[in-house]
Amino acid sequence: MRVFRILGRNIRDSFKSVFRNFSLSLASIACIVITLIVVSIAMILSFNVNNFTKAVERDMTIVAFLNRDVSLERVEEIKDEINVINYVESFTFEDKMTISEEMMEESSDFDSILDKYEEREDNPLLDAFQIKVTDINQIEEVANQISQIDGVYNVKYGEGMVEQLVSVFDIIKKISYGVVIALVIVTAFLISNTIKITIFSRKREIEIMRLVGASNINIKIPFIFEGLFLGLFGSIIPVLATIFGYEALYNTFNGQVISPFIQLIVPLPFTYFVSLALIAIGILVGMFGSWRAVKKYLKI
Amino acid sequence: MDLIRIKNVEKTYKTGVTAIYDLSLNIQKGEFVFIIGSTGCGKSTLIKMLYREEKPTSGIINIGGINVSKLKNRNVYKIRRKIGVVFQDFKLLPKSTVYENVAFALEIFGLPNSEVHSKVIKALELVGLKHKAKNYPHQLSGGEQQRVAIARAIVNGPKLLICDEPTGNLDENTSMEIMKVLDEINKLGTTIIMVTHDTEIVNKMKKRVILLDSGRIVKDYKEGEYVHEGV
Ligand SMILES: Nc1ncnc2c1ncn2[C@@H]1O[C@H](COP(=O)(O)OP(=O)(O)OP(=O)(O)O)[C@@H](O)[C@H]1O
Ligand SMILES: [Mg+2]
Repeated sequence: MRVFRILGRNIRDSFKSVFRNFSLSLASIACIVITLIVVSIAMILSFNVNNFTKAVERDMTIVAFLNRDVSLERVEEIKDEINVINYVESFTFEDKMTISEEMMEESSDFDSILDKYEEREDNPLLDAFQIKVTDINQIEEVANQISQIDGVYNVKYGEGMVEQLVSVFDIIKKISYGVVIALVIVTAFLISNTIKITIFSRKREIEIMRLVGASNINIKIPFIFEGLFLGLFGSIIPVLATIFGYEALYNTFNGQVISPFIQLIVPLPFTYFVSLALIAIGILVGMFGSWRAVKKYLKI
Repeated sequence: MDLIRIKNVEKTYKTGVTAIYDLSLNIQKGEFVFIIGSTGCGKSTLIKMLYREEKPTSGIINIGGINVSKLKNRNVYKIRRKIGVVFQDFKLLPKSTVYENVAFALEIFGLPNSEVHSKVIKALELVGLKHKAKNYPHQLSGGEQQRVAIARAIVNGPKLLICDEPTGNLDENTSMEIMKVLDEINKLGTTIIMVTHDTEIVNKMKKRVILLDSGRIVKDYKEGEYVHEGV
C-alpha cells in the first residue's frame, strides 16, 4: 500500500514536472519526435522490403529440363542427386506425359498435335524438375550444380534482374536495421544530455530533496517517470504520422510499387504494430536518458 | 540526556584548509543552542557535519544513537529524516506551492494523504501560514518564506532542528518573529541548534551560546550567561 502511494505520487509529480519545466521538456520531446519519425520510416521500409523479398523468394524456382531420351530409372537417380545438393529446399518432378495430358485438356489445338505421341519415347516435350532453394542468394550456385547432373538438358531460373532486385532489397534491409539501431542509441544519449541540461537547472531541486530526507531511489524514480512521459508525449506525433502517412502512401500507390509484383504491406494492423514499437522505443529511450542524466547528480 | 555527542572531531577540507580542530561538545535533548563566531571560524562546517553534508576527517559524531560520522553517502537520508534543517536562503522549490513544499518531506515516506494533510496543516498553523498554503514562494515575503522552510523542517516531528543563519536575510522585526516561532518549537520539545551573526538576537533569547574561533570552542556560555560585550 505504502509503495503504491509513493509510486502514485511519483507519477503525479513527474507529470506535473513535465509541464512545470515545459520549455526544457519540449527540447527532449522534439528530440524524441525526430528520431521516432526516422525510426518509423526505416521500420516501414525494412518491413516492406522484407515482404517483397519473401514474395519474390516464394515465386523463385529453378526449372531443370531433362534430355528427351532420359529414362524413368535415370529420373529416380537424378532425384537422389538433387536431394544432396546444398540449399535445395524442395523440388517436384513434372513428368512430360502428365504435362502433355494437361495441355491436351486445356486446348483442342494441343490435343490434335500431341495426340499422336502416345509413347513416352515419342513425346516431344521434356521432363522437368521445379526446384526451390532455401536461400535466394545461392540460386546461381544450385542451378550450376544441377546443370552438371548427367541427363539434365538445361536449367532456367529467374531473369537475372529478379536476383539483383533481391540483393538490393537485402542491402536496403540491412541499412535500415543499422539506421534504426544507430538512431536509437544516438537518441538515447542525446536525450540523456538534453535531460542532463534540464536537470542541471534542477540541481537545487535534487539538493532540497536530499535535504528533507529523500533517498537516491526517492530522487531517481520521479525523474525516470518524467523520462517515461517525455517518451510517451514524444511518440504521439510519430505515431499519428505513421498511421495516417502510411495509409495515404498506400492509397496513393494503390498498394503496389512499380508493378503488381511488388505489393506493399496492408496498412492495418501493420501500422499499429509499428506504432506500438515506436511508443515502446520512445518510453525506453526517455527512461534510459533520464536515468543516466540523474545518476550524475546523485551522491552514491 | 545527551542528544548529540561530538568527540574529538576534526575537519580538513580537500583544499587543505582545516575548519574544525579537535572539537568535543555535548548537547542535551530539548536544549536551544546558539553557535556564534566571526566569519570563517567554522560554524557552518560544524553543523554540516551534524546533518552529514560533510564528513569529519576524524572523531565521532553521534546523534540520538546514530553514528553520523560513519554514515555512507547513500544512507545519508536516514539521518536527514530525523533532522530538520533551515538555511539563510530558504531553499524552497520555486515551482511548488507552500503546501507542496511542506508536504514533500512527508510524501517520500508514503504516508496516507489524510495524514499528510493534517500534519502539513498543523505545521503551517504553527508558523502562522495556513492561509498561504496555495501560494507559491515568490508570492511570499522573506519572513514568510523562511517560516515555510521551518514548517517543512519540523513537519515530520524531528528531534533536532538545525538552523544556519535563518535570519540572515531578514530585517529586525521579521527576525524576531522567526525567533518566536523557533522558541515555540523548542518549547514543544525539539532541540534547536542555530548559527547566527546577530548578537542582538542572542542577547534577547538568553540561551546556551557556544563561541567558536578558528575552528575551536573558545567559550561555552550556559543559559543566560552570555552578554554581548562592546557596541
Ligand atoms: N567546501 C569547502 N571546501 C573547502 N574549504 C571550505 C569549504 N567550506 C568551507 N571551507 C573553509 O572552511 C573554513 C570555515 O568555513 P565555514 O563555512 O564553516 O565558516 P563559517 O563560520 O560558517 O563562516 P560564515 O560566518 O561566513 O558563514 C573557511 O576557511 C572556509 O574557507
Ligand atoms: Mg556559514
